[in-house]
Amino acid sequence: MPDLTPSTAQATPLPPTVTRPAGSRWSWAFLIDIGVFLFVCAAIFGVYAIGRSWLGPVHAHVEISQNPNVLPLYALYSLARISVAYALSLVFALAYGYVAASSRRAEIIMVPLLDILQSIPVLSFLPGVMLAMVAIFPHSQLGVELGSILLIFTGQVWNIAFSFYSSLKTVPRELHEAAVIYRFSRWQRFAELDLPFSTIGLVWNSMMSVAGGWFFLMACEMFVLGNRDFRLPGLGSFLQTAASHGNTRAILWGVAAMIAVIVLLDQLVWRPIIVWADKFKFEQVESSGAAPSTLLNLIGRASIVLRLYRLILQPVFHWLTLTFTLGARRAAEAFSTPKQNLLRRWIGYLLAAGVLVGLGFAVFHAVRELSGLHREDYDELLESAALTFLRVNTALILGALWTVPAGVAIGSNPRLARIAQPLVQMAASIPATALFPIILLFLLRLRGGLEIAALLLMLLGTQWYILFNVIAGAMAIPTDLKEAAQIYRFRSWDRWRHLILPGIFPYLVTGMVTASGGAWNASIVAEYFHFQGRIVSTAGLGSTISSASDSGRFDVLLASTLIMATVVVLINRLLWRRLYRLASSRFKLET
Amino acid sequence: MSAANIAPAPIPIIEARKLEKSYPQPDGSRIQVIAPTDLAIYPGQVLVLLGPSGCGKSTLLRMLTGLSPATAGSVYWHGHPVGDESPNVSIVFQSFALFPWLTVLENVEAPLEARGMPPVERRKRSLRIIDAVGLDGFEIAYPKELSGGMKQRVGVARALVVEPEVLFMDEPFSALDVLTAETLRGELLELWLGHKIPTRAIFIVTHNIEEAVVLADRIIVLGRNPAHIHADFKVDLSHPRDRKGPHFLELVDSIYRILTQPAHKDDTAPPRTFGPGTLTRSKTIMLPHTRPGGMAGLLEILADHGGRVDLHRLADELSLEVDALLPTVDTAVLLGMLRVEEGDAVITAEGQAFAQADIQARKAIFRKAALANVPLLRQMEQALKAKSNRTLSEEFFRDLLDEHFGEEESRRQLETAIQWGRYAEIFDYDAATGKLTLTEA
Repeated sequence: MPDLTPSTAQATPLPPTVTRPAGSRWSWAFLIDIGVFLFVCAAIFGVYAIGRSWLGPVHAHVEISQNPNVLPLYALYSLARISVAYALSLVFALAYGYVAASSRRAEIIMVPLLDILQSIPVLSFLPGVMLAMVAIFPHSQLGVELGSILLIFTGQVWNIAFSFYSSLKTVPRELHEAAVIYRFSRWQRFAELDLPFSTIGLVWNSMMSVAGGWFFLMACEMFVLGNRDFRLPGLGSFLQTAASHGNTRAILWGVAAMIAVIVLLDQLVWRPIIVWADKFKFEQVESSGAAPSTLLNLIGRASIVLRLYRLILQPVFHWLTLTFTLGARRAAEAFSTPKQNLLRRWIGYLLAAGVLVGLGFAVFHAVRELSGLHREDYDELLESAALTFLRVNTALILGALWTVPAGVAIGSNPRLARIAQPLVQMAASIPATALFPIILLFLLRLRGGLEIAALLLMLLGTQWYILFNVIAGAMAIPTDLKEAAQIYRFRSWDRWRHLILPGIFPYLVTGMVTASGGAWNASIVAEYFHFQGRIVSTAGLGSTISSASDSGRFDVLLASTLIMATVVVLINRLLWRRLYRLASSRFKLET
Repeated sequence: MSAANIAPAPIPIIEARKLEKSYPQPDGSRIQVIAPTDLAIYPGQVLVLLGPSGCGKSTLLRMLTGLSPATAGSVYWHGHPVGDESPNVSIVFQSFALFPWLTVLENVEAPLEARGMPPVERRKRSLRIIDAVGLDGFEIAYPKELSGGMKQRVGVARALVVEPEVLFMDEPFSALDVLTAETLRGELLELWLGHKIPTRAIFIVTHNIEEAVVLADRIIVLGRNPAHIHADFKVDLSHPRDRKGPHFLELVDSIYRILTQPAHKDDTAPPRTFGPGTLTRSKTIMLPHTRPGGMAGLLEILADHGGRVDLHRLADELSLEVDALLPTVDTAVLLGMLRVEEGDAVITAEGQAFAQADIQARKAIFRKAALANVPLLRQMEQALKAKSNRTLSEEFFRDLLDEHFGEEESRRQLETAIQWGRYAEIFDYDAATGKLTLTEA
């Protein structure tokens, strides 16, 4: 842009816009504009349809269709739930992370709390949340819809919050100092430093969260609570209904629609965002190799996201920055005066006192509820916890047994990796809960079928985390180490013992941590299921939680949820965190 | 020239009086990192703060700019305490500290945006300054597309665009290669001497002696433990300065001499030479963070040079900055293998023996010297001997060190002591358990 001399610049008040990557053509851009316009039209219609459905009266009995023609609409409903829940999660996570990172006092409580909240099985909230929401909105579908959204929200918010918090804590000191010395306002610091620095972490965690959201959505679109039957039209309820009736054609259509939605989301939303987010990579030199997207290559790299960002987000941010900085008030910020702190401290005390009172109240009621249970009840609960513990760990071991060799094979063979990785990603993105009714359809005919099915669901839900990480680990083993193993003629077992297993160990641990949490959560759906008009269940903590919510036994529900959360936190602290420390101290490959 | 002779100058822009920094320790005591310091920045001066790394130069800079609060003392801005009004200063950072997601233009505009300047005017001003530092054509490039020198030009443009009264630079050229750094120094002088910028004073922190002599009107040499002003003098050489000129070389040499003098600030007449005896006086010696291998290399080179080498020439020959060389010199001095005389390094008899010995013999010599001269290692050996199983946890020693150093420093001290002790075969160390075990003879 050599024409940007001071004299001509005055005439151009806005930044020189889209830098077009070489190779894309204007004709494509024209088609994109049409595409975007059509998309906007469709979105407006979608909002209208969703609004009509949500604000409509409560149906005593929502009929879930088995006709493939309704699938686009049902997919839209499911998508809307996920999107609203994700938007809520993002806003909440940003606020939570920001407060935790900027106030030392809040940090002491908020970070461990995050750790615990992450471990609580989301699905055990289902009955409570649903009943509360339906009570708040007795006259419209909104209550049930909000219930499912809140549930998905609690499933996806914590890791986003944690990612934002830890990004904020690692903002390089000199960047932070530059912001202070150049008198950035709080807002400008957030918009030009904190948020961009955290973007990449936020994007990856959002992808993971949304994938997890599908898992829960499939489970909570259709469920029974006591004598009440809650149904929401969507992909999950479609699949459940089809499986319940043994309608193979509808099942196939449903799964196809599910895959289509996930592929489209991936190609149209996540890939462009990843490419766009590449500019927020905090590095001093340019690196190659952003995540590729086939569709993106066709329509010219991240142009849609870039356009939306430049057209909407950037002007809004600039306007906000100017608004917040008018007047030199914040000049005093670097040298804050004690008076303000005093006021803020009192507000802090009041807030803390409020939280404490609320907590005390909750604990009091929880204890009263729990005191109604007998000793035998607790014995039974612990017994089922042990059963689920066995099941979860069997699933983990089975998962590791096949994913480690497969992952190492894929990771150490670039050609295989190119073919296998997209397939694995695809398989991983299909929520296991969507497939569960279909699996049951086949396995229930066998003896002990649910036992196998429960294990299978846990496996399906969690093995991918392990596989991804093992592949990444195998890829990260340095070539010179492999060459050394070759030169010194390591035998197969020695190679595994001295090179491969230590090399993938940190990655394996990371994968297993996520998988373990996921498997515990999955037990709630896997051990207890309404199927073809009857209840199929196998003993375990997950099944206890589900049956307690079915029969409205809130004391049992509370006790079993607490036990599960405690077990998960304990396992994390006693096992995974130690392995993690070992991994990052002894098995870290340093160059 | 090394005497403190501050010229009676006009009213200072920034003045620090009894500025002091210390950090509280868990046991309630405080570790002082900067001793009470008086310092003034006068208009029309390039003031260079010179000292070895880790001596507190950057902390001092941050206190002067208001980034970091002082523990005691105060900073005055045109005679008024800072806090009543916030000083118009800029900082150029060692790591550039550019926002990688903003273009060059947006990076330069950001400080103006923060001051609420309307878009048209801030664009005009930014483009003018981008032009002045020679970045025109790169306005819409992102920092990662630029070379190191270009990045630091953006850093300078961003600093100058707010028209600071004092421009602070924190090791501005030390992340760049030698040639680029030289170019940027020249450009900075051109802007400053040609009065192309409204800046009234420049304050540069560096550990590079030649850089200081090239740029400075006045040099302040900082000593260590805690940081204090070791020397303060004016530089009267005219620009452009000839690096090979006799005055230039003389000045560089004398600064070398000052830097290698012992840093006992309470010594009214610091001895020109010193051996291990002078150092062991104080009970807690701070170990230089080096590895035995580096000292071995230095002694071999010295032996090759006939046992006596001018430190300045040596650094030049090895293309090492004084910052990288001095800790190794300190190590050899501490162990009695080297003396420093008038800026020359002189090998001692022990040093000679060490340089000529083979690997095993070297370890024996090192062990003897270490146990004789490093109280910490002696202490560690005695403590291990006192235990029946000859084993102690590293926590035990860290607690001991915590009484004398900050948390970070005591961690590094222990790390260094473990390195030396392992090399000297005084003890073994198991990193997995953090246990130290006495090596059986």
